[in-house]
Amino acid sequence: MSLRNKVSIKEFSFYYGSVPALKRINLEIRANEIFAIFGPARSGKTTLLKSLNRLTDLVYGARHTGTILLDEKDIYDPKLSLTQLRRRVGIVFDLPIALPMSIYENVAYGPRLNGITRKKQLDETVGKALRSGALWEEVKDRLHTSALRLSGGQQQRLCIARILALEPEVLLLDEPCSGLDPISTASIEETLTRLKKDYTIVLVPHNIQQASRVADRAGFFLNGELIEEGTAYQIFTGPKEKQTEDYVTGRFG
Amino acid sequence: MAALSTMGVMALIILQVLSEGIPVFSPRFFLDSPRSMGREGGIFSTIIGTIALTVVAIVVATPLGVGTAIFLGEYTREGRISRVIRFGIGCLAGVPSIIFGLFGFVFFVIYLNMGWSILSGGLALAAMILPTIICTAEEALKAIPYSFREVSYSLGGTKWETVTRAILPNAIPGIFTGIILGVCRSIEETAVVILTAGSSLIIPTSLFAPVRTMSVHFYILAREGISMEMAYGTGAALILLVLFVNIVANWRLNRYIRKRA
Repeated sequence: MSLRNKVSIKEFSFYYGSVPALKRINLEIRANEIFAIFGPARSGKTTLLKSLNRLTDLVYGARHTGTILLDEKDIYDPKLSLTQLRRRVGIVFDLPIALPMSIYENVAYGPRLNGITRKKQLDETVGKALRSGALWEEVKDRLHTSALRLSGGQQQRLCIARILALEPEVLLLDEPCSGLDPISTASIEETLTRLKKDYTIVLVPHNIQQASRVADRAGFFLNGELIEEGTAYQIFTGPKEKQTEDYVTGRFG
Repeated sequence: MAALSTMGVMALIILQVLSEGIPVFSPRFFLDSPRSMGREGGIFSTIIGTIALTVVAIVVATPLGVGTAIFLGEYTREGRISRVIRFGIGCLAGVPSIIFGLFGFVFFVIYLNMGWSILSGGLALAAMILPTIICTAEEALKAIPYSFREVSYSLGGTKWETVTRAILPNAIPGIFTGIILGVCRSIEETAVVILTAGSSLIIPTSLFAPVRTMSVHFYILAREGISMEMAYGTGAALILLVLFVNIVANWRLNRYIRKRA
């Protein structure tokens, strides 16, 4: 694990209308680590994740103060291309959303937008993405059937493969296992651990057990504030703050 | 009970027209043009007229209507502009068809000097079916889950790419339904056409030629007491044409949906 900072969040606050969702967050996420953002519902986890690739721009009336740096460059720089940012910082949502098209077309969606149209090159990209998403073996014989016929776990791995096809640098995962059974969950966690060497991963885990299984470092969020951050081992075994300890030990949440 | 009586009235009308009209059918009825004002001969030129007008109307109204729906649904937030546009569409939908006819006559036929022609009639019909196409297309776009848009943006799609690749293909069944409604209304429309497309019985050779549609032909035959027999024949052919359009449309639509599911 390198110690280079991939993402730096500086004094970042975010508001939906006048309601603050994030309050003056300061956080560094290092290259090639899995960073877990955890906390109870409505603590700002998803907002923070979506801010990292500016999907929050879609929300009407939202605004922010402070800034976020990706490789030391401000992502809110007006000169920066939004589509480029989203290709570099990919996101997987809590519910698997396969677009109603074939498995192949789902994975090829991003590369096609990127201007890759040659069939041979697309085939390669799609195959590679599905292999790193640990889905290839299950779907290689039916790439051109509808993605909607896949199971929930397969659809979520499809969503991961779809992002990987863009070869992003940072991977954001918002409770990627929330609707999945333990076997699919294990398969996704295994995939994440393997992907870590090529990507920086920010994960909102499905529960604390998951965070402690896969994360290198973790941050605890409560009501839009970052209460504590540290190595996963330290956070889950000896948290410094009372609120973190209460949550980790299951006293609330 | 209400549903039954509705169905009953519909069945009665269709049965009556068909039972009076079908005996007139023969290959010559469909393939010959009318002679002596429609008393004899067939209805070939009116079939051509109907199809030509409908094609012009759809070709003009579809891009305008779908474009408006995309603009309203995807490119604007609810605000003054979208409210004004919606109000306009609502008004347009409430205008009686004879007014569209009058408008078409004054604007296309006289002011733009297009004369009684396929073009004038088609454009007037396009104005008439526009609100139907806009409203159904807008509903179809609204039915696409927000998450599809989010996925497309998150994969680096621009607004336009998102609309054309993630949204439109999934909204096509709904949009298509609106277009078919427009087709059927264009085929059946009488008031608009009689004022804008003329009532020539000659087979048209250009967009600027006047035509008579089947519904206008029916109206003139019945109204002026030329031939009730031929009128019923035309009416029956009209009903069957609309039925045919609906069946084909349904079949194509189901195939499209099945292919994607």
